[in-house]
Amino acid sequence: MEIPSYVNRLKEACGAAIEEVSTPLGDLVVLVKADQIVEALNWLKEDEEALFDHFMDLTAVDYIGREPRFEVVIHLVSIPKSQRIRIKVHLDEDDPVMPTITPVYPAANWFERECWDLYGVHFTGHPNLTRIMLYEGFKGHPLRKDYPIKKTQPLMELRKPEVRRSDEAFEPGKNPNNP
Amino acid sequence: MATKEKEFIGAAEIKEEEIPVEEMFLNMGPSHPSMHGIVRIMVRITGERIVWSDVEIGYLHRGFEKSCENNSWNSAQIYTDRLNYVSPIINNVGYCMTVEKLMGIEVPERGEYVRTLVSEVSRIADHITALGAAAMEVGAFTAFLYAMKAREWLYDLIEAACGARITTNFARVGGLCADLPEGWIADCKTMMPQVEGVIVEMDKLLTRNRIFVDRMKGVGAVPPDKAVEFGFTGPLLRASGVPYDVRRAFPYSVYDRMEFTVPLGTNGDCFDRFLVRMEEMRQSVRIVYQCMEQLPEGPVNSDDKRAYRPAKSNVYGNIEGLMNQFKLVMHNHGINPPPGETYCSVEGGNGEVGFYIVSDGKDKPYKCRCRPPCLPLVQAIPYMLRDHFIADVVPVFGSLNMIGGELDR
Repeated sequence: MEIPSYVNRLKEACGAAIEEVSTPLGDLVVLVKADQIVEALNWLKEDEEALFDHFMDLTAVDYIGREPRFEVVIHLVSIPKSQRIRIKVHLDEDDPVMPTITPVYPAANWFERECWDLYGVHFTGHPNLTRIMLYEGFKGHPLRKDYPIKKTQPLMELRKPEVRRSDEAFEPGKNPNNP
Repeated sequence: MATKEKEFIGAAEIKEEEIPVEEMFLNMGPSHPSMHGIVRIMVRITGERIVWSDVEIGYLHRGFEKSCENNSWNSAQIYTDRLNYVSPIINNVGYCMTVEKLMGIEVPERGEYVRTLVSEVSRIADHITALGAAAMEVGAFTAFLYAMKAREWLYDLIEAACGARITTNFARVGGLCADLPEGWIADCKTMMPQVEGVIVEMDKLLTRNRIFVDRMKGVGAVPPDKAVEFGFTGPLLRASGVPYDVRRAFPYSVYDRMEFTVPLGTNGDCFDRFLVRMEEMRQSVRIVYQCMEQLPEGPVNSDDKRAYRPAKSNVYGNIEGLMNQFKLVMHNHGINPPPGETYCSVEGGNGEVGFYIVSDGKDKPYKCRCRPPCLPLVQAIPYMLRDHFIADVVPVFGSLNMIGGELDR
């Protein structure tokens, strides 16, 4: 597969942000620096030849023992141009942090939450970075390679029933309709 | 909200804005008859109007990726059945296509035709279940029973092909687990007109049904720019009027040889989603007929020894076949794709089912990610429910066709 011409213009526009361009097995892969990911994605979304308007997927891969350890993988699709691209970001083991891409692609919201939940990759500026698949209080991030598959979690203490009716009107004795 | 103290003036004279209302928090789910699978929708309501809503998922999280990473390449495939369990064959095909792309294996033409054929049969089963369930939840129980009748026929066909109704595990890396049995094509040819008859019956029961249209029309509308922004794929994106279908945009298998139209909606509301799914079923029936007509003779499996097990006559008949068999079934052997990574996608019942697989050259996948089409749809529920009534939660949720196994993985 030939590298499309807009990738060269992306290199010119974003400069040092683009670390590597490759085409393994016919897929276009671009490696971008973590701190400039939002600018690169914005360019890819706005450019007339690229037009990557549709966010498909965001996940991470844990290459344990390699430096840098984590790799965040983003898949984009251009509906008008019928083309795909894979964006990669390398993150260090000690500090797996990258800026959120929700300002460019709002659909990434839950995907980033899932990535945080299962891999422990932190997205700065995310509107609500909480666990989504697992419960609050889960210890560790289970898709990391150093999380054993048979590891058990500590039992949780029985929680009190959540108090829903916090408004004063709902408190017994104060509500005229429900004394 | 504070209640207004006022004199009693008689019920008939109270205007709507004068009725004392209090904000109330309401849970729908995790265990609720209309929440297929398990998902919790939280709403805050004043009167019957929704002022805020949120969704909580993860009740069916089973660790799909972790399980795949700890099983061999062929064993990992059985977990793909459990993603979208209404149309599992499409997931099988997607997974196998991705591994074949990693290994550079070509499937023979007949194998590709049979994959397309059974995928479309599954798609009809998926859509007809979704529509039947959505209709039942808004009160049309008859339509649901008609749809289930047709789905049983389709599941009978699938069972005849692979021996199981739901956990099919039909595709294999390099082909299929078996060719279609004798007489299957004849059965399918008698079954398809009956399924078309049920589609016509559902059309008559629902499309101009006053109650059904009133509950669905104008509810949960998503404009095209918002649908793209939310990352929708599949029938919901097309109901909003965006022409994106993986079978048309990035043709796989033999879809480039099939004639079919991609139906588009205009308003993106629940009723348009219903119409798009109805039309897609008719188009799938067209594709099934074309596949049966063009089905070539020949093998369904690749003869690539790296992936596909040799014929039993070779296993028992000569030493090469026996060694090949053992190399593929023994622990720590089996399929070994070369190191690399790739992404392949198929058009599932709810949209683009993508597999991103990384191999490190060992007998287990290093990573096996499934791109769930349901996740962006469920993510957009609070947007779809804004300024709606509490009764609209059910048709909006029904029109998404959320599948828990795929959403939570």
